[in-house]
Amino acid sequence: MTINQLSIFMENRSGTLIKALELMKKSKIQIIASTIADTAEYGIYRIICSEPTRAYKELKEAGVAVALSDVFAIELDDEPGRAADAVRTFSDAGLSITYMYSFLLNGKGILIFRTNDNEHAREVIILNNLKFISESDLSQWK
Amino acid sequence: MIWNPNKECMSRDEMSALQGKRLHKIVEYVYHNVPFYRHKLQEMDITPDDIRTIEDIRKLPFTTKKDLRDNYPFGLQAAPQSEIIRIHASSGTTGNPTIVGYTRKDIGVWSECMARCLTAYGVGREDIFSVSYGYGLFTGGLGAHNGVEMVGASVVPASTGNTEKHAKLIRDLGITGIACTPSYALYLAETMEKIGITKEQIKLKVGAFGAEPWTESMRAEIQDRLGLKGFNLYGLSEIMGPSVSYECQEQCGSHINEDHFYPEIINPVTLESVPMGQPGELVFTTLTKEGMPVLRYRTRDLCSLIPGQCGCGRTSVRMSPITGRSDDMLIIRGINVFPSQVESVVLSMKEFAPRYMLIVDRVNNLDTLMVQVELRQEYFTTTAFDTPAAIDELEKRLANKLRSVLSIGAKVQLKAPNTIERSQGKSAHVIDKRKL
Repeated sequence: MTINQLSIFMENRSGTLIKALELMKKSKIQIIASTIADTAEYGIYRIICSEPTRAYKELKEAGVAVALSDVFAIELDDEPGRAADAVRTFSDAGLSITYMYSFLLNGKGILIFRTNDNEHAREVIILNNLKFISESDLSQWK
Repeated sequence: MIWNPNKECMSRDEMSALQGKRLHKIVEYVYHNVPFYRHKLQEMDITPDDIRTIEDIRKLPFTTKKDLRDNYPFGLQAAPQSEIIRIHASSGTTGNPTIVGYTRKDIGVWSECMARCLTAYGVGREDIFSVSYGYGLFTGGLGAHNGVEMVGASVVPASTGNTEKHAKLIRDLGITGIACTPSYALYLAETMEKIGITKEQIKLKVGAFGAEPWTESMRAEIQDRLGLKGFNLYGLSEIMGPSVSYECQEQCGSHINEDHFYPEIINPVTLESVPMGQPGELVFTTLTKEGMPVLRYRTRDLCSLIPGQCGCGRTSVRMSPITGRSDDMLIIRGINVFPSQVESVVLSMKEFAPRYMLIVDRVNNLDTLMVQVELRQEYFTTTAFDTPAAIDELEKRLANKLRSVLSIGAKVQLKAPNTIERSQGKSAHVIDKRKL
């Protein structure tokens, strides 16, 4: 039910971002969404992409400090208030969102997030009939 | 002024005779009380009877920091514990500090030697003297403190920290002398300017500066900004603490209290003695110490000895300023730091590769230390790290470990795998940007 997100550790200095992006370009990996969580000294570049397992392997071989993280991806109707409704569902169930970001894909809103309890999150998604995106859906986005 | 002309101005023949007599006694003492030295001397087929004059010292084995570490904590202590009245500790290279125990007589000798230093600087009974070395395991604070009490000046045990309050005390009490590191003196000057205390409002006339290397240009700056005369004060805990040598008003080298600490200069590679006046590594033998006497202790400090009577009247041999080290020790804010200490911390944490860099700088007259450490590629196979909070936690854990091993705080910087150059030797672990 979760999908793989690439998390890349980056020092805050010029050249680190372009190095990772050039590698993905060379491997013909399609970036679907990305965001950077940054501090004064470094950033964590989070990427949803096609073929994350292959991307992970190739980046790692090139010496990039990359990890695969399990995150949830929920599909929402592209209307005001849908994100609030979704987060309310988790909040009411006592789940904490560690981080979250969103993007639009084919007219649908996609909410990416990590929680403090994956098992519980799975139950909540099923019980509330939320539409989730799975790993196999990602490869269709190539 | 001279505290003890009988010793400080002794004729060279008398001094050599006294040193020879004391050397024989101390060798006999360690032979019977310290198995480490007895075994060494037995291996070299030397008995205390072979050591009769000070020249015989060249027959004796050297002692190194490693010997002190290997015999942690009390292996080199010669006096029974019941006679030890104080224990100091200095930082060690791999976690074990160096432990030095002092008998009542040792504390007395230390105070006497420190009194000689202070008297040479011009400190007397009328003075109010602030000791701003750290009080604690470090020998600086208490060592200087005892000497100030010995000469009969009023000691203000200011220690380090709370510099603003200290600056106000210097003005309000009319403090006339201060002992601290030269970089702290500059920091103090800056603090005074910041809170509006001028040179004219204070009465400082003497500064006893030591515990870290300093230069003539630093001396000129401190003297100008605080309106005092700055004197060198040298010492190391393995030998005693501050008071091993001191500058007089002539300021042409630091007089060594050589009736208690016998100096030699050796070639650090061949370990042969070098001719008088030539530079090399400074070696000390404690001639009177009871708690933890050491034979030919290699200080790793590089300097030369200056013979001959000084313009001040003292006859004791002088040492030139320290020009460097024969090992990779750094002195940061007066604290001894070895790159190998950082290495031991890095190796103890599975998140890090064994690659690191110490970057030392001096910002606003205060030494700063930054430690760069490389994250291990394997660390990224877990998802544990993918939030800044997780990385902050790792940074904090590393910083706390470093602080407890080094005794000073270090800023920590995590580096991506394979971004720190592989070192070609020990010095490749250090970038020292301080202009000294």
